[in-house]
Amino acid sequence: MDNQSKSSIGVKDLKKSFGSQKVLDGISFELGEGKVTCVLGRSGTGKSVLLKLLIGLEKPDSGTICLVGVDVVKSSITELNEARKKVGFLFQQAALYDSMTIEENVAFPLLRHLKQSDSERRDRVHQLLASVGLDKDLAKLPSEISGGMKKRVGLARALALEPTAVLFDEPTAGLDPMSAAEIAKLIVDLRDQRHITSLVVTHDLHTARSIADRLIVLDASKIIFDGTLQQFEHSSNSFVTQFLKDAA
Amino acid sequence: MATTWVAKPGEEAEPSIFKPLQEAVEYVGEFGVFTARIVKGIVTPPYEFREFLRQLDSIGAKSLPLIALAGAATGVVLSLQTRDSLTRFGAKSLLPAVIVFSLIKETGPIITGLVASGRVGAGIGAELGSMKVTEQIDAMEASAIDPHKFLASTRVLAAIVALPLLTVVADFCGIFAGWIATTLAEPTSLRLFLSNGFRSVTFDDILPPTLKTSIFGFIIGIVSSFQGMRTKGGTEGVGRSATGSVVLSSLLIILADVILVRLIIEFF
Repeated sequence: MDNQSKSSIGVKDLKKSFGSQKVLDGISFELGEGKVTCVLGRSGTGKSVLLKLLIGLEKPDSGTICLVGVDVVKSSITELNEARKKVGFLFQQAALYDSMTIEENVAFPLLRHLKQSDSERRDRVHQLLASVGLDKDLAKLPSEISGGMKKRVGLARALALEPTAVLFDEPTAGLDPMSAAEIAKLIVDLRDQRHITSLVVTHDLHTARSIADRLIVLDASKIIFDGTLQQFEHSSNSFVTQFLKDAA
Repeated sequence: MATTWVAKPGEEAEPSIFKPLQEAVEYVGEFGVFTARIVKGIVTPPYEFREFLRQLDSIGAKSLPLIALAGAATGVVLSLQTRDSLTRFGAKSLLPAVIVFSLIKETGPIITGLVASGRVGAGIGAELGSMKVTEQIDAMEASAIDPHKFLASTRVLAAIVALPLLTVVADFCGIFAGWIATTLAEPTSLRLFLSNGFRSVTFDDILPPTLKTSIFGFIIGIVSSFQGMRTKGGTEGVGRSATGSVVLSSLLIILADVILVRLIIEFF
């Protein structure tokens, strides 16, 4: 964290509380470039808050946050926005703009940040949607499509500005097993084909097993495990063993 | 013996009798910061023309039927109520002037402001509130797009522009409906009605009251956007934001009207 590279993402001694409730207490980690890191933990352990802190949507009580080389806490809004353009974010419910069609949702960041002709933008949108397996019903509104499709549209939108990293908030939550597997495959493809760094917050151990290069487990506001899938499976930590037993 | 208050887990360290006051001060402070941010968003480039026009249509054009109806109803009521009183004092010939002056100087602007605060205020509060609880506003911010500028500044500016235009419509419909009500009771030509009504009207009677509704538009836009963008607590929170937007903007419009009427009398 001290010698941050242009593409590094990480936190150091991060603390966050809401009122008297301590959510994160001295969290530190740095993401491996081009790797998929999964953050596991029970619901309400601050996993989503961690993502929002990373992208600058929440402010920490103390600690350092580095987003593609930018200090999120100390940087100006202009610097932070430049960093945000390099990082995609897939929200838990996809957070598609409900007054826009699927096509307009994906085109929105392109329209705002890139100088492209209408035809260039349209081609890029179709290419992005095709890359997540969507090539029809582009004129539909988010309310007219399924949860799995929403997640894919959300992912296409997150990838619009060709980010170097993507943050995923419960990407498979609420999806049927087939849709969840498709999303998991897309995350792996992003790593293998585009060398994109991913941070995936989830409580779905099955998905984590299929995509993770590294696992971080949060409990009681702290990191209680940080290691590979193999280390996780053989961990003697009581929370991890219970987690594995419950997931079996 | 001094009472010692012991905090239980999850409770604040000390109970504070000043908490409501502190919350009120915080609310006013946040509102001030929000207002400054929105005004800056309106005056500094890049300008959001496309979204502004979309909002102008939503706030202005789509409010037109309701405002026209409210204006017309006011004109009819003014005609019916005032006729009797003026007849008693032998001043029935002043009826067109009373209707015109009443509508253009006060009734038209305030009716427009209050009706718009209901339709537009609730709409903005609910729409932005819904966007907030479904993380659409967060998604915008995470995409390096300023949601205050894109969502709130455009709505505030559209309300500032739309309200005076809607007031002109309310005035026109009120005067026309007032003539219909008058002529049904005692046939009068429209030309004579307008001639009598506008005989002593000057631009100073029309412009300041009409333009003051820009301030009503600013109040509706800024209050509803603020309520919407700080929504918490799911659908119940969206409902609270919509209600809060209408109540607070209506209250502020009435207060602002008192001050603006005094200023108009003073300076025009």
